[in-house]
Amino acid sequence: MLTIRRAHLEAIVAHARADHPDEACGVIAGPAGSDRPDRFIPMVNAARSPTFYEFDSVDLLRLYREMDDRDEEPVVIYHSHTATEAYPSRTDISYASEPGAHYVLVSTRECGSGEGPMEVRSFRIVDGVVTEEAVVVAETGEALTEVGP
Amino acid sequence: MAVEVRIPTILRPYTDGAKVVQGDGATIADLLGDLDGRHPGIRERLVDEAGLRRFINVYLNDEDVRFLDGLGTALADGDSITILPAVAGG
Repeated sequence: MLTIRRAHLEAIVAHARADHPDEACGVIAGPAGSDRPDRFIPMVNAARSPTFYEFDSVDLLRLYREMDDRDEEPVVIYHSHTATEAYPSRTDISYASEPGAHYVLVSTRECGSGEGPMEVRSFRIVDGVVTEEAVVVAETGEALTEVGP
Repeated sequence: MAVEVRIPTILRPYTDGAKVVQGDGATIADLLGDLDGRHPGIRERLVDEAGLRRFINVYLNDEDVRFLDGLGTALADGDSITILPAVAGG
């Protein structure tokens, strides 16, 4: 199960809309071992592609050094699909290298850059095996609301 | 050349969980051979017949070795090597 703050969820959705039709990507870092997404870090998609995303290699080094210095880890790794459902592609599975992370996918295929509902789903990807998990949205100061799957 | 190598989470099963290990070599290619002697199987995860695997980044200090001399990049005593899998997908 992924518990994520509404503000972070909205930031992912806004990033995906802004970059549509290219894929958007980023990380939410959190204290190591906490499983708590805390610090939203949108990344540039160096591939600038509607079918692929990749963090720029220099940005990647900077990101991991920074997380290391702060004793953080990538709790959420997110990206958008712009023409297909919010489910890990074969490429996503073969490149997935953070067994401890929640892989959050959103799909802008229905809404594009405009308003409208967006599919948001979360997965674990470990040794090539995809497991979908529930997403619980935490409203600040309010009870948790379960939204899926 | 004695260097320090930072190991990503996904490869730590090869290093008994260590985040940082010591290595030795005149070049990145030598270093990977040396690491494989100390942590058997790790080299296979980093290189294939064509060279460095597409989804593996290796940095010498602050530079991606792809922008230097790749596996032939020369090392100096005290260099810091960082291995990071690409964060990528489709």
